[in-house]
Amino acid sequence: MTTAIADGHSGMREFKLPSLGADMDEGTLLEWHVQPGDVVKRGQVVAVVDTSKAAIEVECWEDGIVDQLVVNPGSTIPVGTVIALLRQPGETEAQAAQWKAKHPVAAPAPPLTEEPARRRVSPAARRQAEEKHIDIETVTGTGPQGAVTVEDVDRTVAAAAGAAVPDRAAEMRRTIAAAMARSKHEIPHYYLATEIPLAAATRWLAGVNESRPITERLLMAVLFIKATALALVKFPELNGFYRDGRFEPSPVVHVGVAISLRQGGLIAPALLDVNSKPPNQLMRELADLVKRARALSLKSSEFALPTVTVTNLGDQGVESVYGVIYPPQVALVGFGKITERAWVADGAVQIVPVVTASLSADHRASDGHRGGLFLNELKTLLQQPEGL
Amino acid sequence: MNASAGNAMDEQAIRDVIFRTLHTIAPEVDPATLVADQPLRDQVDLDSMDWLNFLVGLHQALKVDIPESDYQKLYTLDQLMTYLRERLSSSA
Repeated sequence: MTTAIADGHSGMREFKLPSLGADMDEGTLLEWHVQPGDVVKRGQVVAVVDTSKAAIEVECWEDGIVDQLVVNPGSTIPVGTVIALLRQPGETEAQAAQWKAKHPVAAPAPPLTEEPARRRVSPAARRQAEEKHIDIETVTGTGPQGAVTVEDVDRTVAAAAGAAVPDRAAEMRRTIAAAMARSKHEIPHYYLATEIPLAAATRWLAGVNESRPITERLLMAVLFIKATALALVKFPELNGFYRDGRFEPSPVVHVGVAISLRQGGLIAPALLDVNSKPPNQLMRELADLVKRARALSLKSSEFALPTVTVTNLGDQGVESVYGVIYPPQVALVGFGKITERAWVADGAVQIVPVVTASLSADHRASDGHRGGLFLNELKTLLQQPEGL
Repeated sequence: MNASAGNAMDEQAIRDVIFRTLHTIAPEVDPATLVADQPLRDQVDLDSMDWLNFLVGLHQALKVDIPESDYQKLYTLDQLMTYLRERLSSSA
């Protein structure tokens, strides 16, 4: 999300607050992890930004040297705001100064709200507050510049004995409502579902897991996610973004995984390049993603990049789920609870574990006929789990 | 806790480990509200990832192996207690 500025010899980059997904258009800078002069690598976490959903670790998108931090912690800024300037590797401060003389950095966008800037809160303190169900705004900070520390949170917990109500829940509800209302307003959804027998997949999983220590076992969800990604490669009209009046298919499949949060609410960060990763790796990454999502500690790329969403809502509860598409994506694949059913195969009735897979898709990008073929492909793939 | 002395663990110690592990997955749950002979996952709303993490936590705290084929014996807290007690004493 950086922008190259063509300017003779200088290759100064403006580092902008990256997109954090359809339902997050602003963030509050909590802290910088870098200082001017630091060498940064592509993918490195350079800052932490708070949104209505989570504290998000913002990653740098290319190699460079931090020249200037433009935005101060505590500022609330819209997505796309220049938050730092980066020199290219090898570029000197003098060259950078020349560039800056010609390109005065626009003053940081004024805070979006008139409220006083939010206080500094360490991510650890925020997590602790979430865990203890304490509204971070009620905690008195005693750290540097009044920053709220873990100790401050613990003091408040001890004092309040759980009387506070977390206001992030309300904020997250509003955020989800806005994104879903936009989805239902803009996207002409169509819905399809099919039952998928899982006898082969269940057998294969049991065989694989039998010889593994518990720390390396696979979940059925991983097979669902991988099969979805492989099927999407054959149905590109279900994978990508609908933006500016047209559909842009994505050459890669980044699967947003709907993860419910215990304190209420939902986030759907991405597993990246799912179609090209083996199940073992996906399992490790999924476990890590769920853990970090629950701790509200995610990376900016995980929010920006999902090309499709998978929800496994029915894992514990319902048999089928018809999801609301997460714009600008064009499809959502749902898996319900796995139940044992009487199933006719080879002319005989058998007891077979079955899951209902559903597709919610955007009629602007695909038709129901192709959506149906996609679900059939998904069914076929799940009959050969060893090939996933 | 000295996990290798598992056979010496009394019932209360095992229960403490279960609740401590559960707390890491579902911090909002008050153990006092759990009904010991009703399915645990329904009471605590654990999805399959939560359930796996819970068992991994027990495995790491108690050093007991929990084969996947035994999951079906572990619906309730009572069953979990019985199972862990047996595993701990048989591994001693």
